[in-house]
Amino acid sequence: MTDTLSLATHLPPRSLLAGALRRVLGHHGLMLGGIILLFVALVAIFAPLLAPHDPYAQNLSRRLIPPIWHAKGTWEHVLGTDKLGRDYLSRLIYGSRLSLMIGLSATLISGLIGTTLGVLAGYFGGRTDAVINYLITTRLAMPVVLVALAVASLVGGSLQVVILVLGLLLWDRFAVVTRSATMQVCHGDYIAAAQAIGCSTSRILLSELLPNILNALIVVATLEMAHAILLEATLSFLGLGVPPPAPSWGLMIAEGKQYMFFSPWVITIPGVTLLVLVLAINLVGDGIRDASAPENRN
Amino acid sequence: MSDPLLEVRDLHVDIPLAHGSLRAVRGIDFHVDRGELLCIVGESGCGKSLTSLALMNLLPSRARRRAAALRFAGQDLTALPERRMADLRGNRMAMIFQEPMTSLNPAYTIGNQLTEALTRHRRVTAAQARDRAVHLLERVGITAAASRLGQYPHQLSGGLRQRVMIAMALMCGPELIIADEPTTALDVTIQAQILHLLRELQREFGMAVVLITHDLGVVARIADRVAVMYAGEIVETGRVDALFAAPAHPYTRGLLACIPVPGRTRPGEMLGSIPGIVPSLTGNLDGCAFRNRCGEARDICARTVPWGHGAGGQAVRCVNAGVA
Amino acid sequence: MLRFALRRIAVAIAVAFTVSLACFLLLHLSGDLATAIAGPEATAAQIDTVRRQYGLDRPLAVQFGDWLWHAVQLDFGRSYYFQDRVIDLIASRLPVTMILGGLALAFALVVAVPLGVVAAIRRDSWIDRLALLIAVLGQAMPSFWFGLTLIIVFSVQLRWLPASGADSWQGFILPVVALGYYATPAIMRLTRTGMLDVLGSDYIRTARAKGLRTGTIMFKHALRNAIIPVIALAAVQLGFMLGGSLVIEAVFSLHGLGYLAWEAIARNDYPVMQAIVLILAMIYILLTLGADLLNALIDPRIRVR
Repeated sequence: MTDTLSLATHLPPRSLLAGALRRVLGHHGLMLGGIILLFVALVAIFAPLLAPHDPYAQNLSRRLIPPIWHAKGTWEHVLGTDKLGRDYLSRLIYGSRLSLMIGLSATLISGLIGTTLGVLAGYFGGRTDAVINYLITTRLAMPVVLVALAVASLVGGSLQVVILVLGLLLWDRFAVVTRSATMQVCHGDYIAAAQAIGCSTSRILLSELLPNILNALIVVATLEMAHAILLEATLSFLGLGVPPPAPSWGLMIAEGKQYMFFSPWVITIPGVTLLVLVLAINLVGDGIRDASAPENRN
Repeated sequence: MSDPLLEVRDLHVDIPLAHGSLRAVRGIDFHVDRGELLCIVGESGCGKSLTSLALMNLLPSRARRRAAALRFAGQDLTALPERRMADLRGNRMAMIFQEPMTSLNPAYTIGNQLTEALTRHRRVTAAQARDRAVHLLERVGITAAASRLGQYPHQLSGGLRQRVMIAMALMCGPELIIADEPTTALDVTIQAQILHLLRELQREFGMAVVLITHDLGVVARIADRVAVMYAGEIVETGRVDALFAAPAHPYTRGLLACIPVPGRTRPGEMLGSIPGIVPSLTGNLDGCAFRNRCGEARDICARTVPWGHGAGGQAVRCVNAGVA
Repeated sequence: MLRFALRRIAVAIAVAFTVSLACFLLLHLSGDLATAIAGPEATAAQIDTVRRQYGLDRPLAVQFGDWLWHAVQLDFGRSYYFQDRVIDLIASRLPVTMILGGLALAFALVVAVPLGVVAAIRRDSWIDRLALLIAVLGQAMPSFWFGLTLIIVFSVQLRWLPASGADSWQGFILPVVALGYYATPAIMRLTRTGMLDVLGSDYIRTARAKGLRTGTIMFKHALRNAIIPVIALAAVQLGFMLGGSLVIEAVFSLHGLGYLAWEAIARNDYPVMQAIVLILAMIYILLTLGADLLNALIDPRIRVR
């Protein structure tokens, strides 16, 4: 029965790139996430050009103006102002810079740490693997938010501290994934086969290991980036992340909390932007995973 | 002559693709009488497994079945709603699959899976169901049957699991058993035992059996009648002795020539082989599917293929067979 | 089997104390604790007094060893801020967090498992897409924001439920939903994937060939096999939720362990912090151990080993 069905895949051969492109474009989640992510990235890059006002400029005579869809809204402040009269839209736009930067930097650090540990564990196996496994278990057992908060309270909240703390705490999934990917490659039969025809180990690892790991790495990287952004928002909300007057979206929610009963938009808007950004990143990560998985995604 | 227990006419199984469809089974006819063992034999990909699944309506969801007639004990199966079909399955018609290692649920005991086959269709007590299970396990040659009831599938070998599958198929005393390559996944020595067992049980309970296989050795051993399938069609069908003595279709002849026969084939002699490959089952399929590989093909083979008769009385789908 | 469990428990204890060590080092190496406790206005002399008073002038190894020695006897010292024994503080706050976590997990399971099953059975239907939407939104939403939004909608605008406090059982509803929603996506996806895998397997085909009813096939045969990985995941999710309950407890003013940790952090109350980290680590490890044992119970193939 399987043979008859496999006969059905008599499709005309196409180039690898065309096939990949077809899968990417056909995957709605990936396209949607990619477009949103691109949009946010552009907003972040061109923030000075796009923001109508200075995000730090206070104007106490214009506090808590509602957004444009309210009766009292004004086109000068399309999304209203916060408790210190700062333009919401501008803060939102500059906040995207913060979120993306933190996401990328923290992911880079945690990615380096996690990948190194994972590859070492997978390649050497034995004692090294046991030790690294133990480290991973320890890290998983640790309540991340608590520890991050504690450290931040001691050192003082700042952008660098947040990035460093997140980078030092979020490497576990990188390690797990690269470890299993490395083990698969190292213990696969085709390694033995390649060695049998005389390839050097290092060359095998570079030409076989890297491509295989790269795929899983990208997926994990996107998901961890989303995780980092959410964590930063949580830390800032609790007052121990990026300090005011930075336009961190989490901080904006915290600052708006006391007004949320009468002016719910002060927390709804930054929350929605956070949601959309993290959603986009997740969609891209999921999409890459789906699009590059072997033909079992149906 | 009484009506056949199972009657199949013009059965088609199509699998829709992105472009067009794959016509895996293309209008086959066959029947099985009560108490008779029919073997459907053919190479991998000829559509025989899909045929067996189509009979029980267990095709994968993408596949589509249609037939001019598909009758079991006079009942039209194509018009039957799924719920009524489920009443028949496991009850009056049962199926045995090819992979005993994965065909049993690993989370439940053998006893549980055996008894549920019975309690689903009959009003019996749990004790009665257990007794029947033990009885059947012994009948299929499993020792210490009572203790086996509490065992899990992973604790049994492949051969034992297949015996359990056979016992499970027999729980409700079916009139028809469909066996899809039941011995292919087993060791050669076990194969013979299982086949022998099937034959015995068939004779004892008077069941009809449809046995799917790719192995002509199996056919020779236990079949009453044979149907040879090629590229989704039945090309020859008849009594087993007639077929082996005087195969009428070029494909059948080619198959038989491939097999070394102890005593007859001389050492060093070249084994026969059939040149070419199986045609694609998508796209245009007029005429005889075998013509590209047949040494006796004629122009008319590309257009229509009539049914004729072979020397031993078997039906043959070939222009060259004598129309007697 | 018993040896397997004992060995795992030994490892669990070792890991929990490694976590404490890591936390201890992170804290002591990030900054000067004495300065933090004494406050921003303190003079150098006052800081020194604090240092000696709390034993912070001793070598790190001694400090940790001392803490460890007492921790094993469940003596976590006294809270700097509350002056009560840490163990008493924890004992009084732990029930709230356990109830919150337990109910949140129950909520997640009740929502996610049936959704995952139905999504698998009716693949690519509207309910499958809805389930996927819920999953995707759940993973993208910051939990504190979800909590606040729930408060706005249900407490302020609809006035159905109280915004905070554990005084009545109604006060638990919103926090349970906010916390439980965090675990729903992962559980739903795993259930769905597991069911899809199982539904394609040979023994399900056998079950159909026996003429079993659809309900029997789905729930007796399919789900039983599909649920196995979900149990391990549920335990891990519970562990994460307990660790992350801090945020929800802060938003809803529930006086549980997370809230205590939050207060401790704000007040540089290190004995409390250390103790809570250890307790949470132990709970997480015990949960994963429990999940493994549960797996062994359910899947007969694991047991025999």
